[in-house]
Amino acid sequence: MPGWTRAFATSDARVTGGAVGVILTLALVIVAVFAGVIAPVDPFASVGSPLSPPSRAHALGTDDLGRNLLAGVVHGARTSLLVVLSVTLLASAIGVTIGAVAGYRAGGTDDVLMRLTEFVQVVPRFFLAVLVIALFGPGLDRLVLVLGLTSWPAIARVVRAETLSLARREFVEAAHALGAPAARVLARHVLPNALPAAVVVVSVNAGAVILMEAGLGFIGLGDPHAISWGYLAYNAQRFLRVAWWMALFPGAAIALAVLGLNLLGDGLNDLLAPHARRLTSI
Amino acid sequence: MSPCYLLRRLLQVVPAVAGIVLLAFVVIHTAPGDPAVALGGEHGDEAYYTFIRARFGLDRPLPEQLLTYVTSVLRGDLGQSYVHGRPVAHVVAERLPATLLLVGTALALSSIAGVVLGIFAARRADRPADLAVRTAALLGHATPSFWLAQLAAITLALGTGLFPVQGITDPRQSWTGWRYALDVLHHLALPALVLAAGELALTTRLTRTGVLEALGTDYARTARAKGLPERAVVRHALRNALLPVVTVIGGRFGMLCTGAVLVETVFAWPGLGQLMLSSILTRDIPVLLGLFVLVSIAVIAANLLTDVAYAWLDPRVRYE
Repeated sequence: MPGWTRAFATSDARVTGGAVGVILTLALVIVAVFAGVIAPVDPFASVGSPLSPPSRAHALGTDDLGRNLLAGVVHGARTSLLVVLSVTLLASAIGVTIGAVAGYRAGGTDDVLMRLTEFVQVVPRFFLAVLVIALFGPGLDRLVLVLGLTSWPAIARVVRAETLSLARREFVEAAHALGAPAARVLARHVLPNALPAAVVVVSVNAGAVILMEAGLGFIGLGDPHAISWGYLAYNAQRFLRVAWWMALFPGAAIALAVLGLNLLGDGLNDLLAPHARRLTSI
Repeated sequence: MSPCYLLRRLLQVVPAVAGIVLLAFVVIHTAPGDPAVALGGEHGDEAYYTFIRARFGLDRPLPEQLLTYVTSVLRGDLGQSYVHGRPVAHVVAERLPATLLLVGTALALSSIAGVVLGIFAARRADRPADLAVRTAALLGHATPSFWLAQLAAITLALGTGLFPVQGITDPRQSWTGWRYALDVLHHLALPALVLAAGELALTTRLTRTGVLEALGTDYARTARAKGLPERAVVRHALRNALLPVVTVIGGRFGMLCTGAVLVETVFAWPGLGQLMLSSILTRDIPVLLGLFVLVSIAVIAANLLTDVAYAWLDPRVRYE
């Protein structure tokens, strides 16, 4: 038995899971970045006869308007990744700032910020997004804004907990003793050590954001100018009886992307915080 | 349980509900467009809009409008539906039982099956059966509920014909009594199973981790050393292992409602999801606003109940 096969066969299921997570997440990024190369067809253009099943010409079939479903799924990855990245950046910026300040200042500031965090955590993101999009009209910008402004509490809590324990460590006290200003101590000494734990939450949260974006697309609230997996699934709903492929493939793409991000989160957790409880289980 | 803990926890509900109402108010007032035009139609003259503004209090200062809104929500008045021409609270109340039936059934199914599967997997830790359960749970956790619903509708409902595709009852029959109940149950099966599947994954993972942790503790070792059979040891462990399973229900309630809305959409289940969908199409903002406030308050209540249950189950919490 060659070395790598043995290594694979005897390896921990967790390691395998982490590897699958890396591969799936990389696949999502590659498909999104090279969407134009993988599926050069315009996802909105009618290129075949309507509702034709998967064939040599249309690998995943066509929809009710004769649009190529493969192009839809591939370009949909681009929309999903764009939303997930923007939401994650926004949520991380808020979450890390609030968590770090709360954990570092402690006392009254901590109390106020944590009450705020608890409050935002209770807000049902999906229903708020529905309300906002119904009022402001569909669009990726407001979608990112709503999801970003409501997805940071988990990140803030983890960063706060890490900062709280780090702020009392000797190397941080040493930095203070040398006269470094608080902002510098926080940015240079505390945050870099708090980030590994935050990365895990961020990747798990990213999976939830994909599901949320897809869910909003599925009830018809996606951006009409950007093809998305949720929109494809929404469109499939009227043709369940005649075109199973319209429902099968977009949903499978969502599931694979979310699975990849969750496995990546688990893998990172084992790597960065091996003694902590697994995050996707919470 | 100390009344002090209960009172402290109850008091936390007030700012949370106030925050939700304030958030809803801010969202409505930052939205583009004149509410007078939205209410009165596009072709009125200035006198008509002035009348509308006075009629609905839109000419009052913002803080006064907020106060009116807060007191209305507290009295259970969520406004008038543009489309139905009736109070939002009535429209929502009509649809609530169907959603509660779906969510309740799914929650019960996923809790029972999740605990059973979790114990099953924990007792066979790292053996093939455990790996299979864990893999299934991972897949279940990543699967969008509406996709699972669509697949179930295509294969089990349309494919085999064993289950109805849509609705809560068969419109061709007018059954009463137990035939009616059976019909509802028949229609409920697929949506409830699909909704339960997503939750099941989480409960299974939590139970498995909890039981494994508890089985490694000193008291479990003592129980084994006394010669107790493994079944009895697991029963010892279970009481501690299930704590996280209870707490997670409150935190997940919002997601469960989201899942319910999406699953209802696939199966045309006549609950709040259908109401939300039609309100989106007709831009019936008061109904959407009411749904947001209602679900938020339900989530706050679910969190409160979970915390109280947790304090009751785990004495350490109450004395903190």
